[in-house]
Amino acid sequence: MQMRTIEIVVGAFMLAGLLSLAILAVQVSGFSPTTEESTYQIHAKFENIGGLVPRAKVTVAGVIVGEVAQISLDPVTFSAVVSMDINAHVSELPTDTTAAILTEGLLGGKYIGLSIGAEDQLLVDGDEIYDTQSAIVLEELIGQFLLNQF
Amino acid sequence: MSEYQIQLEGVSFSRGRRRIFDDVSMAIPHGKVVAIMGPSGTGKTTLLRLIGGQLSPDRGRVIVDGRDIPLLGRRALFDVRKNMGMLFQSGALFTDLSVFENVAFPLRIHTNLPEDMIRDLVLIKLQSVGLRGAANLTPSELSGGMARRVALARAIALDPEIIMYDEPFAGLDPIAMGVVVELIRTLNDVYNMTSIVVSHDIVEASSIADLIYVISDGRIIGSGSPDDLTKDDSPRIRQFMGGLPDGPVPFHYPAPDYETQLLNNAGPGPGD
Amino acid sequence: MLARLRQFGRAGLEILSTLGRAGLIWWQAIFRRPQFRHWPLYVRQLYQLGVLSVLIVVLSGFSIGAVLALQGYNQLVRYGSESALGLGVALVLVQEIGPVVAALLFTGRAGSAVTAEIGLMKATEQLSSMEMIGVDPLQRIVAPRLWAGFISMPILAAMFSVVGIWGASLVGVDWLGVYEGAFWSTMQEGVDLRTDVLKGVVKSVIFGLVVTWIAVYQGYDALPTSEGISAATTRTVVYGSVSVLVLDFFLTLVMFQL
Repeated sequence: MQMRTIEIVVGAFMLAGLLSLAILAVQVSGFSPTTEESTYQIHAKFENIGGLVPRAKVTVAGVIVGEVAQISLDPVTFSAVVSMDINAHVSELPTDTTAAILTEGLLGGKYIGLSIGAEDQLLVDGDEIYDTQSAIVLEELIGQFLLNQF
Repeated sequence: MSEYQIQLEGVSFSRGRRRIFDDVSMAIPHGKVVAIMGPSGTGKTTLLRLIGGQLSPDRGRVIVDGRDIPLLGRRALFDVRKNMGMLFQSGALFTDLSVFENVAFPLRIHTNLPEDMIRDLVLIKLQSVGLRGAANLTPSELSGGMARRVALARAIALDPEIIMYDEPFAGLDPIAMGVVVELIRTLNDVYNMTSIVVSHDIVEASSIADLIYVISDGRIIGSGSPDDLTKDDSPRIRQFMGGLPDGPVPFHYPAPDYETQLLNNAGPGPGD
Repeated sequence: MLARLRQFGRAGLEILSTLGRAGLIWWQAIFRRPQFRHWPLYVRQLYQLGVLSVLIVVLSGFSIGAVLALQGYNQLVRYGSESALGLGVALVLVQEIGPVVAALLFTGRAGSAVTAEIGLMKATEQLSSMEMIGVDPLQRIVAPRLWAGFISMPILAAMFSVVGIWGASLVGVDWLGVYEGAFWSTMQEGVDLRTDVLKGVVKSVIFGLVVTWIAVYQGYDALPTSEGISAATTRTVVYGSVSVLVLDFFLTLVMFQL
């Protein structure tokens, strides 16, 4: 075959390869090349986080507004301290907002749901949410259920 | 420069446990056709590879144009090889290139000549082997004799001073053989090259050689002009030049005693 | 006893020298200054190894994607979670089946051809005559093939995954009636670019390197006879496929920990 034809075909091959990778990136993994949004961080203490992991989503009314940045243990109270990165445009969270660890479906992953309070003062970077609701751990529920039976 | 183009001094070479050359020395003068003859399997091809630097001897020196081949680095070795052409037994044409591109290959590698100059040179070389008309064929379309002639054109593309032929007559029909014999002599005289012909075809090789070395069992058993050798009365030379099947050069590969092996039902090889 | 020990020692030395020769080929072909006047050779090898493998990769990718969708649907529909079909198929294809099966196909289709071609070049003294002309066969014959394999493999694997996912969507969405929005959105939700897709690409790059290396080495080291070449071709397919599968396990193991 002519060298020129081969060159063109190989060019098409490389292009198809790049296109495939692009499809994998955009259509399959849902990557959108938006610039990283600036965030502010708030903290919350939980009795039990029951399987919450970093990068889990944080939602308000089911809409994703941020993600879990870091999870650590408070050395004094032995409760879990969860730091969340909240998108900067969701800036009007009142100080009496409550945070709950919820489960997607019956057995799905854990995430944090925020319920908006009524205070006029707003949460700013570094603030803490005091009103929290721990994860519901299935084993504990079953245990309680069994205890109540007898 | 010494009067010899190629000198081997006390060269020994073994492959595995088999000793192929044992203290071989020879001198090949400028501008002559030298035939190296011997029974098959005596390492004649190995000799060419030693001269070309594709193999290194265990002991001894291989000197080409005053340079000690085994001691050269890669770059210097490739430099010396520019001055050597080699015709392989199978022709060894590059199967992915046309006849024209095969002959042009060394020119493209080693020179920066413009395309029309390369074209002219290739056509000249092809003309000298009588295959200018086959320039656009592919190697698979050539007969054995034609392939060997194209390979010859490629080997002389850079006008080397030394050209080595590995069994140039093997497997050719009588006409093609005549053509190749004629070509080797003519090219040698026209381009003033030093030719080394490795062969076991006594008649053809003697008809063009100025000097013959006969190798057997890893040693040189005789040398001289074709006339000298036909007059030589040593039994080994007589056996070879006369084409006798058995004699001092044994017909049998080394083996344990025939009778003992048959009777004892011993293993098949000398290896155990 | 001593004889057995000696035998083991000899086998060990043999393995070491094989690795050494293979490493030398690798080193000399890849890490020496690439020769840009050989550019057309690289393009030709990309054509031979890459483009000519596209058809088999696309056909296999489509079939495997379709089968995964059928099987996955039958399992998932029992739990009422057939909307996760897209996610499951995409994860399996992008991380595992795409790179692995594409590499296996590549071994059979292109690797064996490379071995046979180089082995035949050796048998017909083309490599020797190249050396005598003053050209290093490692640079002219081996390097373009190594690079072409290395570049083609991730492209082929990506094509395999894309076509597979498309096949799965045809079967799952258009035929079995999974809701289209759920099919794609669970996939986009669950597949991560940095972890999942990138892992697949890294795997296929490594497979490409290993398989082409084996193919080239087997050809270069083949005995220059017809039996030698046929044995070398077989070895390429066997060693190539086994290396891909074993490597896949270890790569997955390492990547899970990252």
